[in-house]
Amino acid sequence: MTDQAVEREVGRARLRKEDARLITGQTNWTDNISVTGLLHLAILRSPMAHARIERIDVSPALQRPGVVAVFSGRDLADGLGSLPCAWPVTEDMVLPDHPPLALDEVRHAGDPVAVVVARDRYAAADALEAIEVDYEPLPPVLDLEEALAEQAPLVHADKGTNRAYVWPLRTGEDFEAVKQGADVVLKRRYEQQRLIPNAMEPRAVVVTPLAASGEYTVYSATQIPHILRIMLSTVTGVPEHKLRVIAPDVGGGFGSKLQVYGEEAIALAIARKLGRPVKWTESRSEGYLATHHGRGMIQDVEIAATREGKLLGLKVDLLADMGAYLMLVTPGIPILGAFMYPAIYKMDSYEFTCTGVFTTKTPTDAYRGAGRPEATYAIERAMDELAAEVGLDPVEVRRRNWIRHEEFPYTSIAGLTYDSGNYEAATEKALALFGYDELRAEQHKRNERGDTVRLGIGVSTYTEMCGLAPSRVLRDLRYGAGGWEAASIRMLPTGKVEVVTGTSPHGQGHVTCWSQIAADVLGVPFEDVEVVHGDTKVAPQGMDTYGSRSLVVGGSAVHRAAEKVVEKARKVAAHLLEASEQDLEFRDGVFSVKGSPEARKSIQEIAFETFTSHDVPDGMEPTLNSDHVLDPENFSYPHGTHLCAVEVDTETGQTRIRSYVCVDDVGRVINPMIVEGQVHGGLAQGIAQALYEEAVYDDEGNLVSGTMADYLVPSAADLPDFVTDRTETPAASNPLGVKGVGEAGTIASTPAVVNAVVDALRPLGVHDVRMPCTPERVWEAVRSAQSEQPSGSPRKEASA
Amino acid sequence: MIPPAFDYARPTSLDEAVRTLAEAGEDAKVLAGGQSLLPLLRLRLAFPELVVDVGRIPGLRGVREDGDTLVIGALTTHHEVIQDPLVRRHAGLLAHATETVADPAVRHRGTLGGSLAHADPAGDLPAVVLALEAELVAVGPGGRRTIPAREFFADYLQSTLAPDELLVEIRVPKRDGWGFHYEKFHRVAQSWAMVGVAALVRRDDGHIAEARIALTNMGATPLRAPAAEEALTGAGDAAAVARAAQSAAEGTRPSRDASASPEYRAHLARVLTKRAVLAATGMG
Repeated sequence: MTDQAVEREVGRARLRKEDARLITGQTNWTDNISVTGLLHLAILRSPMAHARIERIDVSPALQRPGVVAVFSGRDLADGLGSLPCAWPVTEDMVLPDHPPLALDEVRHAGDPVAVVVARDRYAAADALEAIEVDYEPLPPVLDLEEALAEQAPLVHADKGTNRAYVWPLRTGEDFEAVKQGADVVLKRRYEQQRLIPNAMEPRAVVVTPLAASGEYTVYSATQIPHILRIMLSTVTGVPEHKLRVIAPDVGGGFGSKLQVYGEEAIALAIARKLGRPVKWTESRSEGYLATHHGRGMIQDVEIAATREGKLLGLKVDLLADMGAYLMLVTPGIPILGAFMYPAIYKMDSYEFTCTGVFTTKTPTDAYRGAGRPEATYAIERAMDELAAEVGLDPVEVRRRNWIRHEEFPYTSIAGLTYDSGNYEAATEKALALFGYDELRAEQHKRNERGDTVRLGIGVSTYTEMCGLAPSRVLRDLRYGAGGWEAASIRMLPTGKVEVVTGTSPHGQGHVTCWSQIAADVLGVPFEDVEVVHGDTKVAPQGMDTYGSRSLVVGGSAVHRAAEKVVEKARKVAAHLLEASEQDLEFRDGVFSVKGSPEARKSIQEIAFETFTSHDVPDGMEPTLNSDHVLDPENFSYPHGTHLCAVEVDTETGQTRIRSYVCVDDVGRVINPMIVEGQVHGGLAQGIAQALYEEAVYDDEGNLVSGTMADYLVPSAADLPDFVTDRTETPAASNPLGVKGVGEAGTIASTPAVVNAVVDALRPLGVHDVRMPCTPERVWEAVRSAQSEQPSGSPRKEASA
Repeated sequence: MIPPAFDYARPTSLDEAVRTLAEAGEDAKVLAGGQSLLPLLRLRLAFPELVVDVGRIPGLRGVREDGDTLVIGALTTHHEVIQDPLVRRHAGLLAHATETVADPAVRHRGTLGGSLAHADPAGDLPAVVLALEAELVAVGPGGRRTIPAREFFADYLQSTLAPDELLVEIRVPKRDGWGFHYEKFHRVAQSWAMVGVAALVRRDDGHIAEARIALTNMGATPLRAPAAEEALTGAGDAAAVARAAQSAAEGTRPSRDASASPEYRAHLARVLTKRAVLAATGMG
């Protein structure tokens, strides 16, 4: 095989190695794990948004068949500390206690109150109803503005305020001064509804104790086995080196499994207390209450511009719904957005303030995009408003403000240095694929005719910061950890390769992509590479998977570690071939001596030679294995242009997406099929926020959208065929030239869709529709616009 | 999503089923395709002591002709209804509306009888059998009983079946030559109808001679829209249909929920009635 040229793997649309296993289910999901003597947990949850626990009696549940133990919060308090928040965004942030099981007070519907341990899952669920709890209702805190009013009822009475923090950022010129000199000042309010992440696999945890040695193995459907290990150790007091955390195959997360959950700590505490293995599996509707939510913000946006549509300044006032507690990175989510409001645009002034607000609702935290979709939505909606105000086409207004390709690297007004990008190229490509001019012409005709079904065109030219993150930047943001990632390459004696990664895939396809990267650097076949992940014992060092970081940071670490293997192998090859290292060429997995190609050694041969170590260079450590820990020098900044055409039925208010075109620039592409899949999924979730999904609470703080019958997750049947394409501007900040793609589709698509809906209705006098743009809201918007403007004649047309 | 404990019976004959139901009284629930009952059990919204699985009772499945009537066994699945040539020829409205029920997985399991007995006003088929003026045949300890569709739906999730009665067949008068359409309005493909309108129209000389309009999710039960039916009679063009459809929501009491207000539902009933009739007559 030494003569066989190896085709380059990077850039190939390889079918995913993990799919056969994941699709057939011949794999290990946490809920499939069964061990001898396993006990099952069921959790009693608060039926109220806010109440004092006056009395709790778990003893009747103990009488139920199959029940082994029942615990209230007090019963477990000794082995269970407060759940962690790793991102105290300001020095004076209010950080309330967050007991995994409530002690005296419940603060959102679904807050855990007691736990039943039983021999099977049915017995555990049945016994819940026997637990007696007397609640003294307290007033719910639901509205973000009312929560900040004087005399507002408090979520955490001991803290004296519902204000968790105020986080400001001011750069460039003074906004008020800039505003004075502006021709156009627009103020808009946008609302980011709460969203419920819907990973295909609900959460689950299994804990198996080794009582004799005090060791515990925690299997959890988590995105963050490494972080979880550290945090569970802190919460329960089990020493870190006695904890092994395994993330078996995990069925999606979207940020919802970037968390340290009470149930994980409770399971560990009970396994420790009883010395028995335990399992807890969440049901879907339980997850709607107990798994963190996403978004939940009110955005007051003010832009100042010239009458030619040139941006001068931007001011953003944000109220961010924290929910009842600050979880792992709750306070930091809107702060990630703080840097993205200026987006791809140049301006002289930027003012941002975020106020974190406690409410008696399920805590919020990371959800696909985490802060950046919210920011992108606000700025992209506002850019459309500016276009309408100054009478320009929305694309033209963007063109007049964006950073031109020759200006990179460019430091944005928010202080981020965008290393690369070409907004012009992506936009031109997207406009052509979309048939922008033709659609504008059709729209004009239909508006003239007064069609009841209106055509709307929405644009979104986004960028985002991902690939979390340079550790020093995280320090400046007061985040509690670093942003590096680790990789190890093990060259096995037979020439096969194991890649050990600190990332923790839960559907992304790391096994396939890391194999492609390693295969190219090492010159070995794709099939000869295995990737090991998600177990703190076998992949001991890692920062896990979130924030579109895995390829940019973790994939780059794999690349660097593989290069180190080649460098070690080169020494062995030079020794065996009796040549100097400088005289060796390495191509397609073979070292050969320049000028005498018959003198050659394959990397597989060298792996075996190093294994026997019969003849390695003097003083050389006899191994090719290599580690690399990579701390990124910058974020990565994918960008692109998304265009959406909708047809809005003004009689019913129904919106139908007619076409959707996106051209994304995610840098160099490792596997185009995986990129395509990420874009499709991202678009679906972004469109879902625009049109379908919303966590709805009633006036008492009950979650009304408590099942999938009421919380509408769109399926393929509801979505159009997406036209996806790419431009490829390599990132300058990592060895692979890659940028993150996991969140880009979600970030870009929401404003594209809502801009299209509003564009369709603008001639009828509509300037905004609150998300999700439900048929009733659209119908109402049209109705109230028409009653405000009784003349009935079309107003300012969006000029093409 | 763990259902409460229940006993399970699987009778193999109609007699045995009726006897089992009679013994259990109010505490039994009938399981057919399970597409409505199982979610209720798993959400702990229903607590039957006994679940009577009628899936193994012979003779309750399939479609046959009986003169001017189609007889559809209660256990006939939605998928079978859609595929059945007799239904397609003589009760096109039923086939057409059944195609909009949920998703393929549900349509392969769920049954026509189960869907009607569940009596969910947001279900599509209750309004359809109302428009078709079908008859529902039940068997109980006292023998067979034929219930006109308009007397079958009592209240929200409540039919007029006695606890010891089993729905066994649906008798649908053939409507050859009638135009039909089911206009379903829902937010995502798999969600229930926010409002639905079943229209069945007989035309004579270009004008509507007779119209039957039934509404999904406009009250606690499926409802006919008699005012609209009357107003439609004689309509000969789209404008006349649109005018007549304005009375479609008269006498309805739609609910308020997370997805729609009563006012919006009433508005939808008018718009969808217009569209359903235009589609049924080809006037649009």
